[in-house]
Amino acid sequence: MAKRKGRPFDLKSQPGFTQIAWGCVVFLYAPILVLIAFSFNANRSVVRWTEFSFDWYVAAFQNEGIRNAAIVSLKVATSATLVATTFATMAALATTRTAPFRGQGVAFGIINQPLMVPEIVTAVVTLSFFALVKQITGLTGIGYLILAHTVFCIPFAYMPIRARLEDMNLTLEQAAADLYATPFRIFRRVTLPLMAPGILAGAMLAFVVSLDDVIITLMISGPGETTLPIYIFGQIRRGITPEINAVSTVLLGVSVLLVSSFFLIGRKKA
Amino acid sequence: MSSDDGLIEIVNVTKAFGTGERRFLALGGVNATIRKGEFFTLLGPSGCGKTTLLRLIAGFELPTSGEILLDGQEIGHLPPYRRPVNTVFQNYALFPHMTVAENISFGLEMLNKPKAEIASTVERMLALVKMSELAGRRTDQLSGGQQQRVALARALAPQPKVLLLDEPLSALDLKLRKEMQVELKRIQHETGITFIFVTHDQEEALTMSDRIAVMAKGNILQIGSPSEIYNAPAARFVADFIGDINFIEGQVVVAGEKTAQIRLPGGQVLTARASRPVEGPVTLAIRPEKVGLRHADDDDVPLSGTVTNLVYFGSGTNVHVDVGLGADIVARATAPKVALGDRVGLDLHVTDLSVLAE
Repeated sequence: MAKRKGRPFDLKSQPGFTQIAWGCVVFLYAPILVLIAFSFNANRSVVRWTEFSFDWYVAAFQNEGIRNAAIVSLKVATSATLVATTFATMAALATTRTAPFRGQGVAFGIINQPLMVPEIVTAVVTLSFFALVKQITGLTGIGYLILAHTVFCIPFAYMPIRARLEDMNLTLEQAAADLYATPFRIFRRVTLPLMAPGILAGAMLAFVVSLDDVIITLMISGPGETTLPIYIFGQIRRGITPEINAVSTVLLGVSVLLVSSFFLIGRKKA
Repeated sequence: MSSDDGLIEIVNVTKAFGTGERRFLALGGVNATIRKGEFFTLLGPSGCGKTTLLRLIAGFELPTSGEILLDGQEIGHLPPYRRPVNTVFQNYALFPHMTVAENISFGLEMLNKPKAEIASTVERMLALVKMSELAGRRTDQLSGGQQQRVALARALAPQPKVLLLDEPLSALDLKLRKEMQVELKRIQHETGITFIFVTHDQEEALTMSDRIAVMAKGNILQIGSPSEIYNAPAARFVADFIGDINFIEGQVVVAGEKTAQIRLPGGQVLTARASRPVEGPVTLAIRPEKVGLRHADDDDVPLSGTVTNLVYFGSGTNVHVDVGLGADIVARATAPKVALGDRVGLDLHVTDLSVLAE
């Protein structure tokens, strides 16, 4: 671009912009690259490189503690995602496809509440609430953990679905009604197929958020309900091992895959 | 209530949006009869209520009061999917996840028509709008004009009793718009379906319609054939909105059965056509092409003045003449032999000069 006098403000031409940008990129990604690199290190050290090997991946896969934690993680994340996405879809429809109603802003706030409240607060109140419920009902099990995850997954699933619905041309549904489609068939033939990418994107986001959660899980999970992040957290207190590096790398891979597909799917136009 | 050939009867329909302080009356008691098979146009500036009236007929809005009858049946409170009317939307509203053929078959599928009938109807509709080659295309791969044709085919496929068109040509460029005007007339003629067409373009309304309803501020001011609307506007707004026109203010001195003598502020007396007895101050209207140019010293010219401006526009010239009434009177002629500053006489024939209802 040619330099001209009086051109509009351009952030890129500000002094130091490039340096700051590169600094951010390095600080964000250098540790991740180090972690990935050392997960392939043959040596037990996480600071001194010797030679390339898959040994730590094999070791991690054979470690029963890690395997069990992975199964718990997948179980919780899958259940929480399914339930949260269903509720999020209903909430998104209710907040975009109805006539404006009293308390719409309040409803929006309530749905997004888990994003605003510090997670530690949610964790503590959930813990004491569940303790009360357990005392009264005597029920135990992994259901509590799934329920807690479902709650904080809802806003993450809700946002892409709502965005998708808001982008969608309202006259499409009117056109369907005009062409003799009953409300159910409008939903089935027009609204649902058009919002499907949003639902999928919301579900993937919810899955990743559930998979990565530490604070709430740490408080709620009972014996035998150790998820992968909790397992990693526990191991790290005894020192970082390349085995943990390998598990983290796999977790990272799954997250990156899901989040990139979230962006790819979300980009498909309404 | 229903007349012989009335397909749609709009009876005292009002529509208000909002409540209390923010209540806005979009339609203030509208009455109209739309005849079977006609091309009926709702014409007016934006905000006049024409689209609201169309949406009431389609069922996207419910009337605040009044009735909408279709074949004598009250349909004003039925949901859209229970009304045998279809709409061509301004932005077309084609389903982006369906092909051209799937879009056209949608209405027929919703009516649970047999598969064979759907297939043959879709084929017929594709041929009608000349889109057969593009049946398998996705709608986002089509040009604006092609989308327009698909929207039309989709709305016509279920053979509605009435087709509603909400400014369907406004997004097209001028050349394409002219083509589609001709196409629409052809399709209406071939299908025999009643069209209700909404537009703010008076020229479009005049060329396409069998009858026009001119609307302003939520009311219908006049319903008539294009020539009635053009030649005998009932209100000043109608006269002003459609084409160019000269207004002349005056006082009634003699009121006859079908004509009236009007005295102008300068003392001249004009004879004008009046559809009803008139009195007091009135406004006269005459189209520029009806104003004859004469020699200033001819005996019988009612008005004379000085040429102040000549505006050439290709097929003719507008001659602006100051006759001492404030606003200039414009006469339109193909090749006037006058120059700026010339004294000219103006001929205002009684059949072309009408008294407006205020």
